[in-house]
Amino acid sequence: MITGTDLVKRGMAEMQKGGVIMDVVNAEQAKIAEEAGAVAVMALERVPSDIRAAGGVARMADPRIVEAVMGAVTIPVMAKGRIGHIVEARILEAMGVDYIDESEVLTPADEEYHLNKREYTVPFVCGCRDLGEAARRIGEGASMLRTKGEPGTGNIVEAVRHIRKVNAQVRKVVAMNEDELMTEAKLLGAPYEILLEIKRLGKLPVVNFAAGGVATPADAALMMQLGADGVFVGSGIFKSENPAKFARAIVEATTHFQDYKLIAELSKDLGTPMKGIEISSLAPEARMQDRGW
Amino acid sequence: MIRIGVLALQGAVREHISSLEACGVEAVAIKRKEELNEVDGLILPGGESTAMRRLIDKYDFMDALKDFARVGKPMFGTCAGLILLAKELEGYREPHIGVMDIKVERNSFGRQVDSFEADLAIKDVADSFPAVFIRAPHIVEAGENVEILSKHNDRIVAAREGQFLGCSFHPELTDNHGLTAYFVEMVKEAKATNLV
Repeated sequence: MITGTDLVKRGMAEMQKGGVIMDVVNAEQAKIAEEAGAVAVMALERVPSDIRAAGGVARMADPRIVEAVMGAVTIPVMAKGRIGHIVEARILEAMGVDYIDESEVLTPADEEYHLNKREYTVPFVCGCRDLGEAARRIGEGASMLRTKGEPGTGNIVEAVRHIRKVNAQVRKVVAMNEDELMTEAKLLGAPYEILLEIKRLGKLPVVNFAAGGVATPADAALMMQLGADGVFVGSGIFKSENPAKFARAIVEATTHFQDYKLIAELSKDLGTPMKGIEISSLAPEARMQDRGW
Repeated sequence: MIRIGVLALQGAVREHISSLEACGVEAVAIKRKEELNEVDGLILPGGESTAMRRLIDKYDFMDALKDFARVGKPMFGTCAGLILLAKELEGYREPHIGVMDIKVERNSFGRQVDSFEADLAIKDVADSFPAVFIRAPHIVEAGENVEILSKHNDRIVAAREGQFLGCSFHPELTDNHGLTAYFVEMVKEAKATNLV
């Protein structure tokens, strides 16, 4: 009997497929998320749009918040640690968190090195903008990926860019001759072995969710249609007027992403979604997606 | 030729479909209750049981699933699917589909850091089967007509009651299709019996 194997860590993410993972900041929100049909919750001190508004250094949440969320629901609980922050990750692992997001939403602790995620029993999810970044994170031991998008903006454009890019690059690798892969690995800055694995499987070896800007049921369905395995919704739900209704609508739109009549129905009377931000209005230092490499 | 459905509301649907296809049968992802009429057996996959239940209720699947069981068609639940099949759930007043005479406890091996792989002996399937347990449930009690197929550390982790098959772990995550093949045989037998 062995714990912490690739199969166990990647398998956990496989079970989340077709589902929605919701950001929550307390036990009450966690219960609303679970009741709405979330497959997991992400316990945070502040949702990304509030992190953006607050400025300063964003760190791992107070363990008391994580604990309260873990006590409130039976679905898996994820939590965010700073990029490269070995101790935040170890603290979250010691608390029994089910998945750690090594996240660019928080201020990076290390601008050069991401965590060596293979050393942990707990699985990790990491953000990516292209296949090179995705493969580097898998190489370090990430068991799940998500697009970075641009968190806390309510603007889907960056998440669309990232999922299209990753999937186009996966298709290219799968179609290539094996003797061309080393050069592709060099060009992408990707571990060669991971590209070989992608070619052999015909797809990424871990699930890839959409994140960073999903604000409506239609956004969630769009990401599913572009090939995401599931959806993270950050600020979108609890920054909307009627979170419970909004959460249910996002879950249903994710399951039935090609049923447009249904999505039309469940998009009615949802109230005002979160106010979005135009990406070009963001100062370079405010772009979270450029954190990490 | 038989057709087997995989309930496709959420979870490891693709893996079960590949496993069924590897066993040489036609596999269908079931998203609408009407589609249940087109299949001879049904797999309830791993995933999050609370999320699946919410979608089952929303799309009025519950009665159709109970009818599916009533006419004797085989059903196979893995992990969350096992929870959906059980007649009794530890700590809950009501079951989900509630058709298999077992009592199941959710997340009974602990949180994700406690998830594990183990080799199991499964009666009529394999002496050593690679089983992946992820935040897994287990069968606390089994009714008298339930045949226990496998135990891990004295806990029941696979069982069969007539047309129902259930396991705590995820056979769909490995390349060993032995347990899926066992279910395919159950479906073939059930279909042959109904034809006579």
